[in-house]
Amino acid sequence: MSEYIIKNGHVFDPVQGIKGDKKDIAIKDGKIVDKVGSGAKVIDASGKTVMAGAVEIHAHIAGPKVNLGRIYRPEDKLFTCTPTKGMERMGGGASIPTTFKTGYEYAKMGYTTAMEAAMPPLFSRHTHEEIRDTPIIDEGAFPVFGNNWFVLEYLKNHEIENAAAYIAWLLRVTKGYAVKVVNPGGTEAWAWGLNCLSVNDPVPYFDITPAEIVRGLIEANEYLGLPHSMHIHPNNLGNPGCYETTLDTMRLAEGFKAKNKFGREQVLHLTHTQFHSYKGTNWGDFESGAKEVTDYVNKNKNITIDTGNVTLDETTTMTADGPFEHHLTGLNHLKWANVDVELETAAGVVPYIYSPNISVCAIQWAIGLEIPLMMKDPMRCFITTDHPNAGPFTRYPRVFKWLMSAKARNTLIDSFKHKDKVLSQTSLGSLDREISLYELAQMTRAGPAKSLGLSAVCGGLKPGMDADVAVYNFNPDKPVANPDDIETAFSRCAAVFKSGVQVVSNGDIVSNGNKRTLWVDVKVNENAQVARDISEKFVKYYSMTQNNYEALGHHFVPNPFALEVDATQV
Amino acid sequence: MTKTITDVICPFCGTLCDDLEVVVSDDGKQLLEVYNSCVIGTEKFLHSQAKDRVTRPRMHQEDGSWKEVSYDEAVEYTAQMLAKAKKPLMFGWSSTNCEAQSVGNEIAEISKACCDNTAATCHGTTLIAVQDIGLPSCTLGEIKNRADRVVFWGCNPAHAHPRHMSRYSIFPRGFFTGKGQMSRKLIVVDPRCTDTAKMADMHLQVEQGRDYELLDALRVALKGEWLPDVVAGIPAEKIREAADTLKSGRFGIIFFGMGVTQSLSKNHNIDGAIALTKDLNEHTKFSIMPMRGHYNVTGSGEVFAWQFGFPFSVDLTRGFPRYNPGDTSTIDLLTRGELDAMFTIGSDPGAHFPISAVKPIANMPSVCVDPHLTPTSGVSKLHVPVAFNGVECGGNCYRMDNVPIDCRKVVEPPEGMLTDEQFLIKVRDRLKQLKGVA
Repeated sequence: MSEYIIKNGHVFDPVQGIKGDKKDIAIKDGKIVDKVGSGAKVIDASGKTVMAGAVEIHAHIAGPKVNLGRIYRPEDKLFTCTPTKGMERMGGGASIPTTFKTGYEYAKMGYTTAMEAAMPPLFSRHTHEEIRDTPIIDEGAFPVFGNNWFVLEYLKNHEIENAAAYIAWLLRVTKGYAVKVVNPGGTEAWAWGLNCLSVNDPVPYFDITPAEIVRGLIEANEYLGLPHSMHIHPNNLGNPGCYETTLDTMRLAEGFKAKNKFGREQVLHLTHTQFHSYKGTNWGDFESGAKEVTDYVNKNKNITIDTGNVTLDETTTMTADGPFEHHLTGLNHLKWANVDVELETAAGVVPYIYSPNISVCAIQWAIGLEIPLMMKDPMRCFITTDHPNAGPFTRYPRVFKWLMSAKARNTLIDSFKHKDKVLSQTSLGSLDREISLYELAQMTRAGPAKSLGLSAVCGGLKPGMDADVAVYNFNPDKPVANPDDIETAFSRCAAVFKSGVQVVSNGDIVSNGNKRTLWVDVKVNENAQVARDISEKFVKYYSMTQNNYEALGHHFVPNPFALEVDATQV
Repeated sequence: MTKTITDVICPFCGTLCDDLEVVVSDDGKQLLEVYNSCVIGTEKFLHSQAKDRVTRPRMHQEDGSWKEVSYDEAVEYTAQMLAKAKKPLMFGWSSTNCEAQSVGNEIAEISKACCDNTAATCHGTTLIAVQDIGLPSCTLGEIKNRADRVVFWGCNPAHAHPRHMSRYSIFPRGFFTGKGQMSRKLIVVDPRCTDTAKMADMHLQVEQGRDYELLDALRVALKGEWLPDVVAGIPAEKIREAADTLKSGRFGIIFFGMGVTQSLSKNHNIDGAIALTKDLNEHTKFSIMPMRGHYNVTGSGEVFAWQFGFPFSVDLTRGFPRYNPGDTSTIDLLTRGELDAMFTIGSDPGAHFPISAVKPIANMPSVCVDPHLTPTSGVSKLHVPVAFNGVECGGNCYRMDNVPIDCRKVVEPPEGMLTDEQFLIKVRDRLKQLKGVA
């Protein structure tokens, strides 16, 4: 592999504590190294910002519901299709771009790793086919567990060891990365048209509460010592007053401590926090609960969060929270798609238009910015748009602009039709904090990598780590004349390296890289009961046979990168 | 000695049964017996063993005879045809695997082709309706485990999807449906008294072409509003009774087929059926699912969608994906005479298209990739026989509920035969040379 040296850039690397010092970054054989030979290709980064490749911790970019969105929203492609160009395959789509476009867009913004946030296990083969067709970026996928019949039955009797053995099996056969929980219990209830709106609502028939599911899965996750923690989308998403359910959910993690060899410290990752931080009793007195939620997270070190920033765009919402999407179509009367998945989960899709002229949307936008601005530790708060739910991931540069410039925020607030309401129902107007480039690197690189258990692999520029590097046309020495310059600079990188291969040059794709599929291979002791339960469920209740369930072979996971976990000695 | 291969997937219809057992000879070259499958599926497997099977590509000669050619010559003809064409069509894809579809899409992109699958003449109208109004659906296991109300509308699974009823929809005893058939009420809507209709608790013998009115009347009945005495040939009392049956269930499902998608009103029928399903969700839990025909037509739509953004009738001639059924759909392209080359794979338009759309195929450079002799292979300039997907090679396929299942290879193809994917890869590589693409 070629050698590179990125010279004279302003380097921001929280892993080594580098805060904008001029430093050379050397790349050899796919890794960051101390030095390279004189033959190394020189990339001049003087007057530019250099960071590790960014890490996306939560986005819906591959799999059945994403593709359902593509299928049923031809309008999303209007004026967004891109032709074949050099290395690039043609593509299209704004809020749900085609797989090729997804890979290119991430890479052009300096992202080199991304996690698909909800994989229905029955559809893992589909998810992996799309991951295979998403170029450049390393990807993993989180199978959903929170409404899985095995999990509900084991945890009802607090059989942690059995739940853990099942998780290990499912991660292996679906080539999954982490334990994802979506509306625990509520999605199973949705199979009967019902829901669980608090952590104590019992799940129909299974007679277990969301609280028991969440606690049990944290315990099983730590029993196994998985790289990532339990990753949760709690009950009661998106309703006024839901912040109390969010606090109740986070309290379930009290007393648990992370146990793993990957350097992860949290036991619960709360995702798209913005959607879970609403106060008020209806859409009229709707207000921000960001303070209550971030106060709790600031005090409790065993939790990490991501933001879920509303970007005020037309987008496509999609979630395994089936009852929520039904609720949403009742609110906006746009087309509703739903898929209930046998024994496992469900999903819904509804288009949504976040209009700056609607007070609720503008308040949601403000809450999404309050959360990172109120978080004291940027290593525990990561920037996402819950793509495509709160906005497309291609808007990250705009979110960065809002976080890095109070002027940009205030200009937008001034333009709102319901400016006074936004100011009275949130505290964004009084927050003058501006996120620094170092904090941005924490929130988009080192932080999510650590939370995912990938701190030894990516998210930093320490010698020995994967050579994922992004160079931005942004000079930190110069004052920002116009906040829009931030957005422009972070939209298209001057150069991006993925595992030592230059994939972007001057904003153009120059290589399809060496994409890998990340998954977690857990070894557990043989568990005869779980093996018997699995085969019984397949014989009696699944609509396919157990032998056809696994995502197996080169077609689905052509370039695997497995994180090994040995849980046999627990 | 023989070998029995279990968990075999049946490459025939959208039911995509995956519990077949196939007995093959010890050397894996002969397929002897097929268990668990329906009669159509069995025939599909056994047909691969036909002694008179065509195993090498053939060119149609001026005098109407066929001349055997090598695969290399077939690749050359196909690549040249696609390289020269201004507006080629690559049609079919529904009876091949997703791997082949992916390579086909690459070829289409290089040659700026129109791409379409059999949904164009089948459930394309369903997809248009879904784009209008959405689709509350579920997987087939949900129906097995929960459904106590089952509607078959304009479809006849007893003949078209023979194992559908025993595996998923009527007979199986699922988790919450322990009494099997006894725990389900079956409503069939069909102008004919089909074998499926004969099993129904209620057969609504709708007047032909009046499905839209009946769907609307059911929505009216759900709301308890006024109805005329008879709608679409069905008395109002019976419509109200049907509506009550539907909303009194715990979990219901509407399956629909070509009887509604390709009869009068087309996509508007499906709009109505989906709206009815949405309305029923105000009372109980209801889903709706198209009875997809070919075993991987669903997969073709999925691959088109994640690579190009649209599920069928995609036009790449401008260098980026466009979608406008009626303009970019196969039959319209053919009957308007806009095409100058036709590539068919995994489908038989010759047998199913109107004659005005078949004639142009015979009059232009054309390739048909198909293991069988079909009306399409008969009118094409080049016929490329290939290995049977799902029998002689594996590959991923999508069931009618979008669940992917990886097909199995159970027997060796005749010596020297290529699979769809292998042939397409050769064409792609040659086409890249011709077009000077890296």
